[in-house]
Amino acid sequence: MKTTKTKLTRRKSAAKANVRTPAAPTRGDLGALLVSGNFRLVDLTQTLSPDFPTIVLPPEFGQCRPFRMEEVSRYDERGPGWYWNNVSFGEHSGTHFDAPIHWISGRDLPNNSVDTLPIAHFIAPACVIDCSAQAKADADFLLTAALVKRWEQRHSRIPAGAWVLMRTDWSKRNDPVAYQNLDDTGQHTPGPDPDCVRFLVNERDVLGFGTETIGTDAGQAAHFAPPYPCHYYMHGAGKYGLQCLCNLDLLPATGALIVAAPLKILQGSGSPLRVFAIVPAE
Amino acid sequence: MAARGYDDVVLAAPVTVPYVRYSTHGAHWFLGRAVAGLIAAAKIPKRQIDGLAVASFTLAPDTAVGLTQHLGLTLRWLDHVPMGGASGIVSIRRAARAVQGGDAEIVACVGGDTNHTDSFRRNTANFSQFAQDAVYPYGSGGPNTSFALLTAYYMRRHGATREDFGKLCVAQRTNALENPLALFKKPLTLADYLNARLVADPLRLFDCVMPCAGAEGFLVMRRGTAEKLGLPFARLLGAVERHNAFPADPIQDRGGWALDRDALYAQAGVGPDDIDFLETYDDYPVINVLQFEGLGFCPEGGGAEFIRANSFEVAGSFPFNTSGGQLSVGQAGAAGGHLGIVEAIRQLSGQTLGARVPDARHGLISGFGMINYDRGICSGAALLAAA
Amino acid sequence: MAQVVKRPKRKNPVERTRLPTLPPATRSRVALGLTAAAARGRFELQVCRDCGAVQYPPREVCRICLSQRLFWRRQDGMGELISDTTLHAAQELFFRERLPWRIGDVRLDSGVNVIAYVHHNVGAPPCRIRIEAALDRSGQAALVAMPERGRPALSDDPKLREMTCNPRARKILVTDGKSAVGQAVARALAAAGADLIWIGMAEPWKKSAGFDALRELPQAKVVPLDVTDSRSVRELAGEIGGKVDILVNTSDCHRAFSLAARRGVETAQLEMDVNYFGLLRLAQEFAPTLKARAADGDANAIAWVNVLSVFALSNYPPHGTYSASKAAAWSLSQNLRADLRPAGVRVINLFPGPVDDEWDQLEMPPKLSPAALAAALVQSLQGSVEDVYPGDVAQDWLARNLESPKTLERELGEFDR
Ligand SMILES: [Zn+2]
Ligand SMILES: [Zn+2]
Repeated sequence: MKTTKTKLTRRKSAAKANVRTPAAPTRGDLGALLVSGNFRLVDLTQTLSPDFPTIVLPPEFGQCRPFRMEEVSRYDERGPGWYWNNVSFGEHSGTHFDAPIHWISGRDLPNNSVDTLPIAHFIAPACVIDCSAQAKADADFLLTAALVKRWEQRHSRIPAGAWVLMRTDWSKRNDPVAYQNLDDTGQHTPGPDPDCVRFLVNERDVLGFGTETIGTDAGQAAHFAPPYPCHYYMHGAGKYGLQCLCNLDLLPATGALIVAAPLKILQGSGSPLRVFAIVPAE
Repeated sequence: MAARGYDDVVLAAPVTVPYVRYSTHGAHWFLGRAVAGLIAAAKIPKRQIDGLAVASFTLAPDTAVGLTQHLGLTLRWLDHVPMGGASGIVSIRRAARAVQGGDAEIVACVGGDTNHTDSFRRNTANFSQFAQDAVYPYGSGGPNTSFALLTAYYMRRHGATREDFGKLCVAQRTNALENPLALFKKPLTLADYLNARLVADPLRLFDCVMPCAGAEGFLVMRRGTAEKLGLPFARLLGAVERHNAFPADPIQDRGGWALDRDALYAQAGVGPDDIDFLETYDDYPVINVLQFEGLGFCPEGGGAEFIRANSFEVAGSFPFNTSGGQLSVGQAGAAGGHLGIVEAIRQLSGQTLGARVPDARHGLISGFGMINYDRGICSGAALLAAA
Repeated sequence: MAQVVKRPKRKNPVERTRLPTLPPATRSRVALGLTAAAARGRFELQVCRDCGAVQYPPREVCRICLSQRLFWRRQDGMGELISDTTLHAAQELFFRERLPWRIGDVRLDSGVNVIAYVHHNVGAPPCRIRIEAALDRSGQAALVAMPERGRPALSDDPKLREMTCNPRARKILVTDGKSAVGQAVARALAAAGADLIWIGMAEPWKKSAGFDALRELPQAKVVPLDVTDSRSVRELAGEIGGKVDILVNTSDCHRAFSLAARRGVETAQLEMDVNYFGLLRLAQEFAPTLKARAADGDANAIAWVNVLSVFALSNYPPHGTYSASKAAAWSLSQNLRADLRPAGVRVINLFPGPVDDEWDQLEMPPKLSPAALAAALVQSLQGSVEDVYPGDVAQDWLARNLESPKTLERELGEFDR
């Protein structure tokens, strides 16, 4: 018992040390851009639908419930003049946001749940790393720190407080079976390796990491050290995750602003949300 | 202990409310017309009827009680006799004891029913708890099923043939042709009978009564009353009834008459040989044969031989169902149990509508009713004599 | 002589689909004892505790000694056909539409008479026969005289076939083919001659070798169906609802265990969502079309089968929330039964004991193999029953529950924690 406590305390202080508020775009910059109309909007959100797959865990574990919709009325005897539904879903279904409290490593951070996140973080610049060719060739492709550095050489250094979005074109897999890409050894989807995550957190102080797949981690990340490194390090450092994104191929490598505001759920660990990008014209 | 005799009880005023295949009237109409007919025949005011015995299937939800108010009758004696084809005989027995004991002076006995297009099915479906639970769900044949089973068994067991039953049906039709109130007006040949449409093997169309609407009625009183009113009458010599006879028989090939015929003849002081005509309850021919046997006209199982040895027209060796019986007149529900009684009164008091049995002194009427489950429960017989 | 059931001819689109008619369903309360036994495939008659007399039709008191102490006891049904007839006229539409009917008067060796349907393999009376209790299309007990020797199926007689829901030549939806039970059921139905088997597949990304192997069945057609998703159920009903003759609900979720073994309600909700709400969704979307097609010639809708659990009878604490969800499903299935009964569509419930699968791993044998459960399911369709308790454990629980539900509850509560 004592050991556990010590460990947790250490993790807490380590996490605290890494928290830095990323620089938000200034009000003036954003305001001028919006007034100029010199931008395009890109929807990065998958449609929330009942057959959109959720993460697969062994069945004896608790499960993320997929999106479900029950009709309340449709201009009928249940409500003659109106149509509406009751919906239910897991916090981690569809295109969704992961807050630090989602992972055990981030559980003791301040403002770690979706209802307490600083609202300033809901608009942030994005760095889009195109891994689509590698992911096409290898479903288990892992993004490394070296590849990130090479990207920085081609573009620019990843600024603190930016989203790093891993483009794999995985969202183009319309068939849920291909999208999940499961076999009896588990899921095979691309993601970052542990070292890459450590680099982004410690060296670049990113706002968070986003993917087109189910999970910010690679499909086989349960077998990494630590398991699920992206969740472990990112959330442990108060960073966020975005998953099941789409249309990343429509974004420039740099320059886009991401609007990602999760639902304000009391003590929520994440939430489905509408994510879009504001892309200034060239 | 032998039952007391019926002294000077008589039956008078035979009334038939003409039968129709279907009617839009209710049972109250037919029973009301019957009572009206009795009053007219007896030339008495309505209030002089002080007793009433009623038999009807379609009177529901009313019983005889409701009928008193419906018809404006104030009575000192009332009976409801829900015994189907035995209710005529049972009504005689009840009414006779009432007038004998002074509980009533003039008892009207009426039986009748209406028939709407779907009433027969409804009556059959709800005929009894046992029928509803254990017979009707098996093909919903109604009485056709029950009598087909009894007929098939009788034929196999006793060697009776369709021709034997046909002979009875043809004779009844011949008798009916003289009766202006019979619904069947065309002669029936044996070939017609044998080749008719199959209903329930071995029964064909002319083995089965045709349900219709109508009523029958008569008055029961003491001889003195009848004479004072100037009414022709028939004397009641004896009457018996029996319910649920021979419950251990695996299938019905005898009715309660076998238990009661000796008492009947002893009470009446006459025997089978003295009978000039017989009116049976005849919804299906096989049941006639059980009555021939049960009432002592032939031995048990000897029905077929008896049929072959006799002729059954009014002028035949064994005048039988002289108005045509239900098979040729129609079955107006519970009136079927009164039909033979009314015809017997007519025969013995010189009021026949059709052919008359020459010099008829003694008539025997038999009733049978209520296939509650697999057999008829009620049986009875009455022996009448001319004045 | 088994009658070869042919694949029904395709529907003539010009002709009106016939509406269902039923044999008379009214029974006295006491007569329902016959139906209660027949629903479990048994022929029982009332017996007097005081004098031992057997009686039929059912009565309120003993016909011999007038005792009111009557109980229902299983009968061997042996007796003699003493007379029979073939009806060529009937008063009820159901019978009229299907004339002729062979009906017999039977004297049982126990000394009572029954009126019964007569199987066409039975010879002319007098002959020895054996009475079986079946269920007619109204769901009421119907006694049938079968040949004394040999075991011909009810469905060998074309008239009596309607008392069964024989899967031969039928189009059947198996709602979940992912489970071992679902797969065994699909295979058993194929072996029993089903014409077409739609096999529901939820969460297609979760693969299983057993499921993929089902695709090789020539009758199998995999369809997307997730009973927790109203839209999925509605869409499938829209696509195939008008063709399903038999719906077999194999959807089952068995996750949570005893009350104390799992915190929160999330997993129990999932069980409810599949086991109870899944049935509700299926019923709302498929029942109306089944009813409408209940008299659609030889290709009519005839049955709905639910794989429940004997745990539905009385809560089994090691599987407490699962028991509760199955009890809820059982209750709803009774609603469904009442709903489908006017159309003559039969609802068959199976109450298996522990199944030899991963979720009952720690249950002690005897356990029911999925194949044995599937065989019982097919048999229940081929026969004429409503409630089936396959396997020794289910039979044991049923007997204990009939004897004393309270005792069973106490005994089941004594498990090792
Ligand atoms: Zn998540
Ligand atoms: Zn007794």
